[in-house]
Amino acid sequence: MFDFIPQIPLADWVDAATNFITSTFSFVFNPIRNQFGDFMSWTASQLSAIPPFVIVILVAVCAFFITGKRIGLAAFSVVGLILIDNQGLWDQLMSTFTLVIIASLLSIIIGVPVGILMSKSKTAEAIILPILDFMQTMPAFVYLIPAVAFFSIGMVPGVFASLIFATPPTVRFTNLGIRQVSTELVEAAEAFGSTGSQRLFKVELPMAKKTIMAGINQTVMLSLSMVVIASMIGAPGLGRPVLSALQRAQAGPGFVAGLSIVILAIIMDRFTQNIYKK
Amino acid sequence: MPVIAVKDLSKVFGKNIKQSLKLLDEGKKKDEILKETGDTVGVNRASFEVEAGEIFVIMGLSGSGKSTLIRLINRLIEPTEGSVTIDGENLATMNKDDLRRVRREKLSMVFQKFGLFPFRTILENAEYGLEVQGMPKQEREEKAKKALDLVGLGNYVNQYPEQLSGGMQQRVGLARALANDPEVLLMDEAFSALDPLIRKDMQDELLELQQSMQKTIIFITHDLDEALRIGDRIALMKDGSIVQIGTPEEILVNPANDYVERFVEDVDRSKVLTAENIMKRPETINIEKHGPRVALERMAEEGISSIYVTDSKRNLKGYVTADDASAARKKEIRDLKEILKTNVPTVERDKPMQEIFELIYDSPVPIPVVDNGKLVGIIIRGSVLAALAGESEVLNNV
Ligand SMILES: Nc1ncnc2c1ncn2[C@@H]1O[C@H](COP(=O)(O)OP(=O)(O)O)[C@@H](O)[C@H]1O
Ligand SMILES: [Mg+2]
Repeated sequence: MFDFIPQIPLADWVDAATNFITSTFSFVFNPIRNQFGDFMSWTASQLSAIPPFVIVILVAVCAFFITGKRIGLAAFSVVGLILIDNQGLWDQLMSTFTLVIIASLLSIIIGVPVGILMSKSKTAEAIILPILDFMQTMPAFVYLIPAVAFFSIGMVPGVFASLIFATPPTVRFTNLGIRQVSTELVEAAEAFGSTGSQRLFKVELPMAKKTIMAGINQTVMLSLSMVVIASMIGAPGLGRPVLSALQRAQAGPGFVAGLSIVILAIIMDRFTQNIYKK
Repeated sequence: MPVIAVKDLSKVFGKNIKQSLKLLDEGKKKDEILKETGDTVGVNRASFEVEAGEIFVIMGLSGSGKSTLIRLINRLIEPTEGSVTIDGENLATMNKDDLRRVRREKLSMVFQKFGLFPFRTILENAEYGLEVQGMPKQEREEKAKKALDLVGLGNYVNQYPEQLSGGMQQRVGLARALANDPEVLLMDEAFSALDPLIRKDMQDELLELQQSMQKTIIFITHDLDEALRIGDRIALMKDGSIVQIGTPEEILVNPANDYVERFVEDVDRSKVLTAENIMKRPETINIEKHGPRVALERMAEEGISSIYVTDSKRNLKGYVTADDASAARKKEIRDLKEILKTNVPTVERDKPMQEIFELIYDSPVPIPVVDNGKLVGIIIRGSVLAALAGESEVLNNV
């Protein structure tokens, strides 16, 4: 079918573009890779240096207060974290945690302003929405390839891929949250003579807070899934034992590592959820 | 000089604004323009002036353009044409900074669904207008507290809006608007979301506050009763145009057209009509010239059982009944003074009909209407009832 159309060299074009970007912007990528990579490794090693029981207690106490002084999440965290430590995966846990936190923070720092921009301009919304769709529907693995091209292997390309994959929900929900603020409240802000930024910070963002936090919750979860996948390009963490178990067809170790990821996911999910319920 | 002058103010929503304006010029109606251009006429050439201290009510059915009009006044909606002048400055053309200054200093708004910020306390809500002006915290708290005291919510400063009833929430809305000490208050159906009893209270409270504040208020409502209760003047809107402007009485007694008349039909007239509107020309006899004989003749002629007595200057002296007059004639009494009854309640021209209704109920004779002691008319029970029933024939055009 359609043999009369010669094959369009789409793949070649993307290759060319990637090569071009890699070589042209290496002066940006290289320092990022080195400095930022060092910073992340350093953070992960600092976290690993803290005795696990201190972290377990800290997490439990936070969980207790963040859930409105209920014991459930705290108990789960204690049991779950001790189990991970018991399975010898503590250092991997700390690496994954570091990656997720840094990737999520970057996603939020980029995503919230972009969402605000989108909410303020129909044109911006019309341009950004399809890009977000594209970013989210492209299989996550695909992002690993340019990530490696730009940043070689390790933590940095993992964070980069995670940024692309996990930022969209924060952008979307920020946009949605601001657009959902009732006209009357926006009118009230305007009628009393607010400036644009007063309206944004005193009315729109506080009103949109819950929605934005729901987006951030999704971003954190997506970051976690991406960070696990990023073990394929050498990012350290809980993804690695899963990957090596897969390569050797070892169900047991694979399950243990997978379970650890699930425990971390549940704890992070409940934490972010409870923050925005407040 | 008026505080606010609105001149030929129009708003067309849609994409073919030039064409629509041309059609408006040709006198086309809102629905014709919608058909031809797809545009909605929100407000069509509204013009009016509001004096300082006046409560100016804009009334009309839902969709008639009231909300659009009030939002054109503080430019929450950009006017398509026309001007809004406040203290000599044209709001419609001023730049953003000036507009913000005018909104901060001169205009405050109260919203139908209150428009309170749910994440702010009552005090913080009341402070909002002052806060955006950059007033120091202590000063603005003081002013906001004063405003809250004024509306009776001084004890609720630390609560959140959702903890308060609807009426209380709207008081907060009012306090927030008053805290700025604006010249003009814009109130868009401010009491429409409240249930009827609370609504009456709020109307009374607004009138009471107005006694001391003397703000200029533009108040929107779809409820004629409310308009009549609080308005010094009322503008009636239909399909974006103002069809009549007048005092409550003028609107009721002289509806400009069928639309106004239909609107006015089911209002409880007793609230706005006064003695003057329903009085009739009185039959009288002159105490200085006439005796019981003439009195009897007059009564027989008119088919009435009593007649009012005045002096030559029409000062009310009292009344005589047919029974007393015929008894007097038999006894050959010549002087009306001997049978004159003086225990009669009188009312002034501007006595509300509601109060007359109570008087007339236990009075054996029609109620005399006096102006400085002079008899100017009488009110019979029949015309009170007819007026209450909305029969406009009984009304005197004033
Ligand atoms: N933003 C808008 N876009 C298009 N049409 C509007 C808009 N706002 C109001 N209208 C139309 O303008 C007319 C007047 O509306 P509105 O001022 O809200 O009436 P009211 O407050 O008297 O109920 C209505 O026909 C309404 O549909
Ligand atoms: Mg309205």
